[in-house]
Amino acid sequence: MNFQAGKDTLKRKFDTVGTRTPRPDGLDKVTGRAQFGADLTAPGMLWGMILRSPHAHARIKSIDTSKAEAVNGVHAVVTSRDFGPCPDDVLDIRENVMARGKVLYDGHAVAAVAATSRSAARQALKLIKVDYKVLPHVTDVDEAMKPSAPILNRKLFTKGLDKTPRKPSNIAERFEFGHGDVEAGMKQADLVIERTFKTEATHQGYIEPNACLANMGSDGRADLWCCTQGHFMVRQVCSALLGMDASALRVTASEIGGGFGGKTTVFVEPVALALSLKASRPVKIVMSRSEVLRASGPTSSTSIDVRIGMKKDGTITAGDATLRYQGGAFPGSAVPYGAMAAFACYDLKAVRAVGYDVIANRPKQAAYRAPGAPMAAYAVESVVDELCKELNLDPLDVRLKNASSDGSKASYGPNFDVIGLRATLEAAKAHPHYKARLKPNQGRGVACGFWFNFGGETSVSLNVSADGTIGLSVGTPDIGGSRASIGNMAAEELGVPHDKVRCIIADTASLGYNDVTDGSRVTFASGLAAINAARDAIGKMCERAAGIWGIPVDAVTWEDGAARPSSPNAGNHEPLTLADIAAQAGATGGPISGHCEINAEGAGVSFATHLVDTEVDPDTGYVKILRYTVFQDAGKAIHPSYVEGQFQGGAVQGIGWALNEEYIYGEDGKLQNPGFLDYRIPVASDLPMIDAVIVEVPNPGHPYGVRGVGETSIVPPLAAISNSVSSAAGVRMTQLPMSPPRLLKALGRI
Amino acid sequence: MVKVQVWGSLKSALEGADEIELDAASIREVLDQLSDRYPAMDQAIKRGVSVSVDGRMYANSIMVPLQPDSEVFVLPKLVGG
Repeated sequence: MNFQAGKDTLKRKFDTVGTRTPRPDGLDKVTGRAQFGADLTAPGMLWGMILRSPHAHARIKSIDTSKAEAVNGVHAVVTSRDFGPCPDDVLDIRENVMARGKVLYDGHAVAAVAATSRSAARQALKLIKVDYKVLPHVTDVDEAMKPSAPILNRKLFTKGLDKTPRKPSNIAERFEFGHGDVEAGMKQADLVIERTFKTEATHQGYIEPNACLANMGSDGRADLWCCTQGHFMVRQVCSALLGMDASALRVTASEIGGGFGGKTTVFVEPVALALSLKASRPVKIVMSRSEVLRASGPTSSTSIDVRIGMKKDGTITAGDATLRYQGGAFPGSAVPYGAMAAFACYDLKAVRAVGYDVIANRPKQAAYRAPGAPMAAYAVESVVDELCKELNLDPLDVRLKNASSDGSKASYGPNFDVIGLRATLEAAKAHPHYKARLKPNQGRGVACGFWFNFGGETSVSLNVSADGTIGLSVGTPDIGGSRASIGNMAAEELGVPHDKVRCIIADTASLGYNDVTDGSRVTFASGLAAINAARDAIGKMCERAAGIWGIPVDAVTWEDGAARPSSPNAGNHEPLTLADIAAQAGATGGPISGHCEINAEGAGVSFATHLVDTEVDPDTGYVKILRYTVFQDAGKAIHPSYVEGQFQGGAVQGIGWALNEEYIYGEDGKLQNPGFLDYRIPVASDLPMIDAVIVEVPNPGHPYGVRGVGETSIVPPLAAISNSVSSAAGVRMTQLPMSPPRLLKALGRI
Repeated sequence: MVKVQVWGSLKSALEGADEIELDAASIREVLDQLSDRYPAMDQAIKRGVSVSVDGRMYANSIMVPLQPDSEVFVLPKLVGG
């Protein structure tokens, strides 16, 4: 079947798609019936706990676990010695989940124990003797790039240069994107502004700490339950780390209390499996909040230079950025995506973005909604805002004048397909928010943002029950409403009410491989697969109807949830509903199901424009968010309430990033604020209602026009809020978060 | 012939060319030819790339057919959150 959206498809009238059906997981979550990672238990279960490094950088001279092993109730102790050889692509993960030879950051795992109680495990951890040789450390990205910086990895030589350096450094790789003559473009400008920005590392702040339960049998086969964004990824990585066949490990995803990209890798899962293997008992590990902050995967901290030239009429003549992201102790920061996204909102003749991937003595960074893009957009959109102010130009008009549009060449290379940036800008311009009056000490900020979105490997199975209801199995954990959106798309195709479809997340033994829930891909890709699976089942139901009627299958059509003769020539037959056909399934050939296994491609890129009003208290430095409106292109909003939730969630996380959240390291290289009292995420009382305006510019690569919506919403807030605060305070802010002390300093009050 | 460009850091791998033309009918053939001709490209491709074809991004699909006038852009492998 053809899944490319044609004009007719995009004009299609929907019954279920686009409606606000009840949350399928709502009752379970408000009644406590839903099972999250830490809720799972097993007979004979042991508690696993992890000993973590107190040093930012140290050589491990020796580890003595003998006293810990002798503690009553302890069944197993593991160290790096329990993780053998593994493929190159998971080497860094192996060393991140259990330090080998060196500890590379405060909180790096060194050993783990499994015991019958948490108190016994805790006691055993205290008896593990680790002899360290403390080494110099570095946590700041700019410091880490200096030739004099302590070197974390003497085998690391910068990639991406014309010649490989002869000396190791903390710079893992250089990336460059762009086109045109940047210097010539700058010369054409009436005004060139250059600024340097810094952002601190933040955490996704998911409420549910990482947790898992591992049960390794004596036959070498294992079950693992965990909260994750990708249980197939967990299976793949853990089986590689433990030398198991992938099919010997069955992974089941629990409900998830937030992920936002942070649960796209593993931390405690391989450790729990190793402990379970050694103890021959099930082992549960639940990270504390302190462990989550110290030793899971926060964002990069960054340092970014931006230079932009603009004519008096608002035409941007050139853009240039250098981005430096530290990604923790291992290569792989999101700097290439930051560099690619930095100028993606602008149709520029001359643009260059250079990125440096830097390692430092911090936990290995993980994705966080549109990884790398928010910091880049913060820097670029701040300079665009300053240019608009200096040239007395309207910031939305300037963005409309320079906006990327259908067919324009993206700053990172390719030409755009059909995109909705201009539509979001026009919606913002027409919105009452943009015209609302401001009072003293108040300011308005505008910023745009971009994210790529993608599809990926996806497998879906749709089963028709004898009573005509539908079981829909997908392999992508639901982190933001995908069970509703995917179930509703299947219901739409089949022509049945939404509540006749139950969508579940199947385990890794029950479906083909599924990529992680990331890249804003699930409603797009699993939805596409669900539509495909529904059409597969429809084809089979039409065959059954043809058999019952004794006519050729091509004389049967599916419409409004029933098989019907496609024309009067096919005979005078009463329609057979899905339930009618399901009731006769056994007698007419057996169970009916539909399947789809695809590598979904054709995801449409996504753009958003944010408007925010803030008020600055010049005496305290406190910033109040007065009003916030998100305008984002969803392509087609399958479930508008969830789409709005994604817009609001991204904006709120951006507010935290902009105003309060930061990893604070002391001179000793230790994290100073590993708890939610000192690492302050926004709470409801900090926020106004976030208004969400859904713009729909259909994605030609999806039959319903869907674009992913989960990530773009966090890209503009840092810049929009900084522009608003800068306007309210009358001083350009160039460092995040804009916490009260930092703001008072900028105001010259301290 | 298919027009192929690569991201900035890899331009030197193409021996200074901004764009090259290849006789390729699929992404797989483009990547195979780049690997064969340019050792530096081979390393990058082995580490993982995404490919844009006529403005549409393919994160991990090598069998995508190309038209004779397709514009292909090789980019770093994308990840998301």
